[in-house]
Amino acid sequence: MKAAAFDYVKPKALSDALSLLKQGGDDARLIAGGQTLLATLNMRLSEPSVLIDITDVQELKGISVIGDQLRIGALVTHTEIEDSELVAKHAPLLRAAAPHIAHRAIRNLGTWGGSLAYGDPAAEWPACSLALRATMVIHGPAGERKVTANDFFVDLYTTALEPDEILVATEIPLAPSNQVFYFHELARRHGDYAVAGLAAVAQKDGTTLSHCAFTFFSVSSTPVMATAAQNLVNGKPLNSELIAEAVDVARDEIDAIADITNSAEAKKHLIGVLLERGLKHLLA
Amino acid sequence: MSLKKKISMTVNGTLVNAEVEPRRHLVDFLREDLHLKGPHLGCEQGACGACTVKVDGQIIRGCLYLAVQADGCVVETVEGLTKSGVLADLQESFMRHNAMQCGFCSSGMLLAAAELVEKQPKASREEVREWISGNYCRCTGYHSIVDAIVDVLNARAKGQKIKPVTAHA
Ligand SMILES: Cc1cc2nc3c(=O)[nH]c(=O)nc-3n(C[C@H](O)[C@H](O)[C@H](O)COP(=O)(O)OP(=O)(O)OC[C@H]3O[C@@H](n4cnc5c(N)ncnc54)[C@H](O)[C@@H]3O)c2cc1C
Ligand code: FES
Ligand code: FES
Repeated sequence: MKAAAFDYVKPKALSDALSLLKQGGDDARLIAGGQTLLATLNMRLSEPSVLIDITDVQELKGISVIGDQLRIGALVTHTEIEDSELVAKHAPLLRAAAPHIAHRAIRNLGTWGGSLAYGDPAAEWPACSLALRATMVIHGPAGERKVTANDFFVDLYTTALEPDEILVATEIPLAPSNQVFYFHELARRHGDYAVAGLAAVAQKDGTTLSHCAFTFFSVSSTPVMATAAQNLVNGKPLNSELIAEAVDVARDEIDAIADITNSAEAKKHLIGVLLERGLKHLLA
Repeated sequence: MSLKKKISMTVNGTLVNAEVEPRRHLVDFLREDLHLKGPHLGCEQGACGACTVKVDGQIIRGCLYLAVQADGCVVETVEGLTKSGVLADLQESFMRHNAMQCGFCSSGMLLAAAELVEKQPKASREEVREWISGNYCRCTGYHSIVDAIVDVLNARAKGQKIKPVTAHA
């Protein structure tokens, strides 16, 4: 199908993008990679009157290390993350997750910020940003504010972003040298959205894990952390009994919801399967 | 609102100036305005890959990219890449393996395969399958398509070239 007619503007500065967004109100839409937005326009699920293309805005670009944080600009593409040495070194979880996002032609355009702002509970980046305890840097009419990933994902496709705000970048604490991670998703076909997935990081000392973050995606209305399971595992030598206990606790604490093809019970089952595999992998 | 925008881009080596409606996606522009029928349209939702073209050296979904976004860019389609010879060994390998039936998916498959061969010269058969799974072949010719790509990877790894076809009298 073809999109309904709209106007198109391409500001060069963040301040211009912000004022265009305010001016456009409900009828204006930001476009970054367009890999979600243009599909919805082609299907006529949405009919904005103007697209504000932010891809020329320099402030939103680039991956860098600033102090003890890895800064990923909102416009950084999935491919740039996949290919980045800085990411591989300082946030290896993201490097492992990237190839699971759609296919290369889509990863070449789709952006980190677009994925976070869209807030799809089945998407990889929201879950990873939660596991890595990322902070979102947001600009709006009142200037800059920062929101933790924990407070950013509010509900299904709903984030803490206000309609007149732009996600500028994300700051991620650099991975400590004893960080271990696990990323896995159960999907019908490579590149499809997961039926259930796990993005996990921890710090490892012998067989003991600490600072555990087990984040599940595609099982609930937002990515979710298994906090009770994390607390259970933190600081104790990991063995098969502890793994079995953690699996039960995680299944219990997460409020899984069904999708079109999979029941909530099936999702709960998969949460346990993923955590068991993940913990065994981290122990190995 | 049907206000047209002036754009200019290099398509297959030629500078093109045009006026387009912002809603016109790149493949409609290439097919309808420039009469380049190589890139095909299947789903227009990003799912099938028939519309794959290159913009500034990377493959993209031509149905999820607007012609206005390509203003100032370098666009390449299967037509241009065939002329320049970039796809020659893949095309030869596709022919040898009969890796096409109706050919609807072939231009997208070739462009996706070319980026794989360039970016992941050591890809395993499994990785080739994963990579190419983003391009639908409705004639289900995947097996021979994967064979054809793996042959090119092997030939290149040995420094050999699969020679382009020459017409026999
Ligand atoms: C066939 C197909 C398969 C896919 N599979 C997956 C998958 O497996 N996993 C996955 O995670 N994704 C998948 N995607 C989605 C893809 O990753 C998108 O690129 C991504 O979700 C959105 O990023 P974008 O840059 O393309 O955003 P756009 O489409 O440009 O924008 C998406 C939304 O975010 C808003 N927005 C964008 N940038 C900002 C910003 N900086 N600040 C505030 N708001 C902003 C836009 O206004 C819009 O509402 C798939 C897409 C397709 C077409
Ligand atoms: S037509 Fe673009 S992906 Fe199907
Ligand atoms: S050869 Fe017919 S769609 Fe692939």
